Amino acid sequence: MINNKFFGRRRPEPSRPIPPGQYLEDGFPVLSAGPTQRIDIAAWDFTIEINDKTVGSWSWDSLNALTQSDIHTDLHCVTKWSKQDTDWRGVTIDTLLADAGVETPTGFVMASCDGGYTTNVPAADVIDGKGLLVHTYDGEPLAAEHGGPVRLLIPHLYLWKSAKWIKSLKFTDQDSPGFWERYGYHMYGDPWREQRYTND
Amino acid sequence: MSQTVTQTWQIATVTSVHDESSRVKLFTLELAHITPFRAGQHFDLRLTAPDGYQAQRSYSVTSSPDEPNSIELAIELISEGEVSSYFHEAVEPGDKIEIRGPIGGHFTWSPVAAKPVVMICGGSGIAPIMSMLRHRNSTGSDVPALLLFSTRTVADILFRDELETMAHHDPKFHLVNALTRIPTIGSVFAKKFEQGQIGRREMRRIDRSMIDAAFAELGVKPARAYICGGSDFVESMANHLLNAGMANNSIRTERFGP
Repeated sequence: MINNKFFGRRRPEPSRPIPPGQYLEDGFPVLSAGPTQRIDIAAWDFTIEINDKTVGSWSWDSLNALTQSDIHTDLHCVTKWSKQDTDWRGVTIDTLLADAGVETPTGFVMASCDGGYTTNVPAADVIDGKGLLVHTYDGEPLAAEHGGPVRLLIPHLYLWKSAKWIKSLKFTDQDSPGFWERYGYHMYGDPWREQRYTND
Repeated sequence: MSQTVTQTWQIATVTSVHDESSRVKLFTLELAHITPFRAGQHFDLRLTAPDGYQAQRSYSVTSSPDEPNSIELAIELISEGEVSSYFHEAVEPGDKIEIRGPIGGHFTWSPVAAKPVVMICGGSGIAPIMSMLRHRNSTGSDVPALLLFSTRTVADILFRDELETMAHHDPKFHLVNALTRIPTIGSVFAKKFEQGQIGRREMRRIDRSMIDAAFAELGVKPARAYICGGSDFVESMANHLLNAGMANNSIRTERFGP
């Protein structure tokens, strides 16, 4: 449906295309369903489970002792903003799985966080360098309101999949909905296919 | 808790436009397909230019879910906001708008919850909370409720008459307006404030002591909190409530703006 009096005020043209229905944002908006979690680095830990069995566990120091990866990427939030050219440092999920000495899992993964947040993605979407635990944004320690000390980053999916204050990844054979997915948000969440809500 | 988003876009008709403040207009949209929603949910709006360019934004419903065939949205004029400026400058009664929803489900309130509730908002952050308070009012709920509403000036208090009327008639609803811009000394407003003629208003930002005093006034410690406003405001209010002893999982937040 055309809105005849609407012409849009395009902001500076994105340096490369952004997904449908998105607009470009220069700032870094903060969105979360509850209070910012305050996590002491000394007490921070992270675990990976495969089919209910813990296969690896990392402290802040042991995470930082692993091979670090840098990623330059765009972010797309389901609330319609996109942010281009962000720089992150962290550890790929591949590196964590290799450190745990396990084979690459298949199926699905549920991310769980301090504060009770959860989100689900296919296992394939966190491997082959597609998913990382990140602790540094733009050269600085990741701020608590952006998910620090460590958040998950899966930049090819809408940003609610990049869970803040990450505690664990649980690989399973069955897909099940996380926090927003139970409220009607999409199980996969590909911004380029505009998969915002369940049946998109 | 499972919620189904109404998936399809529908065309709504604007039936009224009202200036609520110098920066906020209220739009009533009549829906072709009745869509039950929960107090606190939002709708997505989509505008399409003649050349095919599209823009989408989300707006919280301010009306009560007890009137599901129309929704009221509060749209604040944002500087360089392509959607808000269209609504403020071009939209008139009779215009058609593509919408879909309701969306969201966490930042919602129902009287079934029955827990004393504190709501804290800044500026147009009142929008989803207004729907909750109207719902509470229209269902005759006696759940104790406290609203701490931060605005710059009295003129920026959206829904002021309605909120004051609610507070006047309902002993279980407590209203505190925090005004962050100090009135000019000697102004009519400053005089009335000094003379105590303008009711329960605080001339400072919401802080811990204001929250504690309001809890005491409510007479019961809230077991659920809703905070809506700009990001820094929400951050600071959530910290106040955590420091006041509220549980992390009892605090629900909605933030807007970068």
